[in-house]
Amino acid sequence: MKADAFPANSGKPIQLETVSRLWGETTAVDALSIDIPAGSFTALLGPSGCGKSTTLRMIAGLESVSSGRILIGGEDVTGRPSSKRDLSMVFQSYALFPHLSVAENIIFGLKVRRVARGDRDQRLKKVADLLGLSQLLDRKPGQLSGGQQQRVALGRAIIGEKPICLMDEPLSNLDAKLRHEMRVEIRALQQQLGFTMVYVTHDQVEAITMADQVVLLNKGRLEQAAPPRELYEKPANPFTARFIGTPPMNLFPANAFKKLSTAPDFQLGVRPEAIHPHDGGPLVADIRTVEYLGADILADCVVAGTSFQVRLPTAKPVAPGERIELGFEPDALHVFDADSGRRRDDLVAEFGTLLRS
Amino acid sequence: MRDFTFKRDWIYGWLLLLPALVFLFAFTHIPAVTTFLNSFFSTPRGRRPAKFIGVDNYERMLGDPVFWKVLWNNLWYALGTIPVSVGLAIVMALWVNEKLTGRSFVRMAYFTPTVLPLIAVANIWMFFYTPGFGLVDQITGALFGWPASNYLGNPDTALNAIIVVTIWKEAGFFMIFYLAALQAIPVTLKEAAQIEGAGRWTIFWRITFPLLMPTTLFVCVNAVINSFRLVDHIFILTDGGPDNASALLLFYIYEVAFRFWETAYGATLTVALLVLLSLLAIGQFFFFDRKVHYK
Repeated sequence: MKADAFPANSGKPIQLETVSRLWGETTAVDALSIDIPAGSFTALLGPSGCGKSTTLRMIAGLESVSSGRILIGGEDVTGRPSSKRDLSMVFQSYALFPHLSVAENIIFGLKVRRVARGDRDQRLKKVADLLGLSQLLDRKPGQLSGGQQQRVALGRAIIGEKPICLMDEPLSNLDAKLRHEMRVEIRALQQQLGFTMVYVTHDQVEAITMADQVVLLNKGRLEQAAPPRELYEKPANPFTARFIGTPPMNLFPANAFKKLSTAPDFQLGVRPEAIHPHDGGPLVADIRTVEYLGADILADCVVAGTSFQVRLPTAKPVAPGERIELGFEPDALHVFDADSGRRRDDLVAEFGTLLRS
Repeated sequence: MRDFTFKRDWIYGWLLLLPALVFLFAFTHIPAVTTFLNSFFSTPRGRRPAKFIGVDNYERMLGDPVFWKVLWNNLWYALGTIPVSVGLAIVMALWVNEKLTGRSFVRMAYFTPTVLPLIAVANIWMFFYTPGFGLVDQITGALFGWPASNYLGNPDTALNAIIVVTIWKEAGFFMIFYLAALQAIPVTLKEAAQIEGAGRWTIFWRITFPLLMPTTLFVCVNAVINSFRLVDHIFILTDGGPDNASALLLFYIYEVAFRFWETAYGATLTVALLVLLSLLAIGQFFFFDRKVHYK
């Protein structure tokens, strides 16, 4: 990719202030406040129906806001139509105009804004070169493969050099290999062109590999907004802990550990990859089933009525029905308040020493 | 053995096709061929059988001022009804495609003229047009103080009055096709255009209208055929008068063939009508071909 032909136009920040969206009785988005810094790549992540697409559509101006404010570059745009918000968007279905050629699709917005022909052609050439579409400019979208259509949609989004680009699950219609390539490409494009990206996905791998900041939503509420690393290493609540990482983090009631039977009000989390066989360790579990994954073994275990998963090395084979003693490093422990679900970092050290004793 | 089953299948196949085939030949193909042949013969009368007269009938047609009059009427009728009813159909479809209260009621109301029989409709419209106390006169009289007028009895207005009835009848029918086509256009296309800064007008002309082109072609072909085919209301409203001012080609064919019983000349006029319709249909396909985008 050659992006040096493009000026690094700076993005604009986006703020959502207690934004809600109601449909009759149901609340799709519930008092959501997010801060999206200028020029950052922010992923809106969550299970289906969590309100992430609605949030994106509210930022785009395609959905009205029931209450709260949306600010772009410090300006209140809550009541503005999408055409006045100075942003571009890539749709899940690409939304290419089927009767227009690739070139016409890409320059649609420039034509609407009456950009002079010379300027238009010049920009089209740059974008087509950048995305490798130069040979396809005369084709109709129906004559393109899924990946090529995706590029056309990207081209239409970036040719306007808007400070903000919104993407709604843009890769979900592509096969796994192409998805990986496009992931890398979109991220590179965003960094080279410098616009603010808001990217909706239900795929945590996409969110974690691409984003500077991941906003995790659940049932219309914000669960956690943090950089990917923090989301994985310091999940703020059990939902985040279970949603990020495959397989999900194991959560135990504190009394699953014999040594902690005195503190029942906490949920303890340990990631499957952080647990390892350890003679005399705090977890004494029965193995239920074993999955051989090649690089390692995934074992389903039970301790005191709580089932959990462990990633074990292949070197030491285990069989279902065996009893195994397991341990983990103290800093691999996550402590959550059982009632509020809040993370309790202050208690990690305490529980760690208790478990070791 | 194989030959036997093959033959049986063959018989079954033809037996299944037979009912449709009989009707198609009896009412379409054979009449079309005999019409064509009859146009080269004289009309049989009493003891005088039909005799071959070559293109005499066609020469008579070209010299017949009434033929040219009804052809001209038909052209005017087509030009008056097609663009307006198609345009109205698009506007109505766009409107009832929006989210509005009582949407299904409005859709039904627009479609009602299509459901009503044309003869009944013509009778209702005759009351509307009645000089003096008809609905039209009452409205124009009350609003503008116009005097009573005889729209159907005046050669200058008779055809236009019929055009209005036809538009009223057809627009709702065409609307259904446009409504179906509009609902097949993904909403995201409109949203994508909005994001790119397009207003309602631009979205209609650059996105919606081009995507409706296949429907427009279909509707236009139908409208052209209808403009030559629909004559029922003329019988009720004006009976072609006054002085053939509201007679159309098909109406004239009916008069010649079944009132004056000049069947041979009627056949000649029918051939002219068929040729005209085929040319128009082919012409439309070529005209639209470059502009229609099929998915």
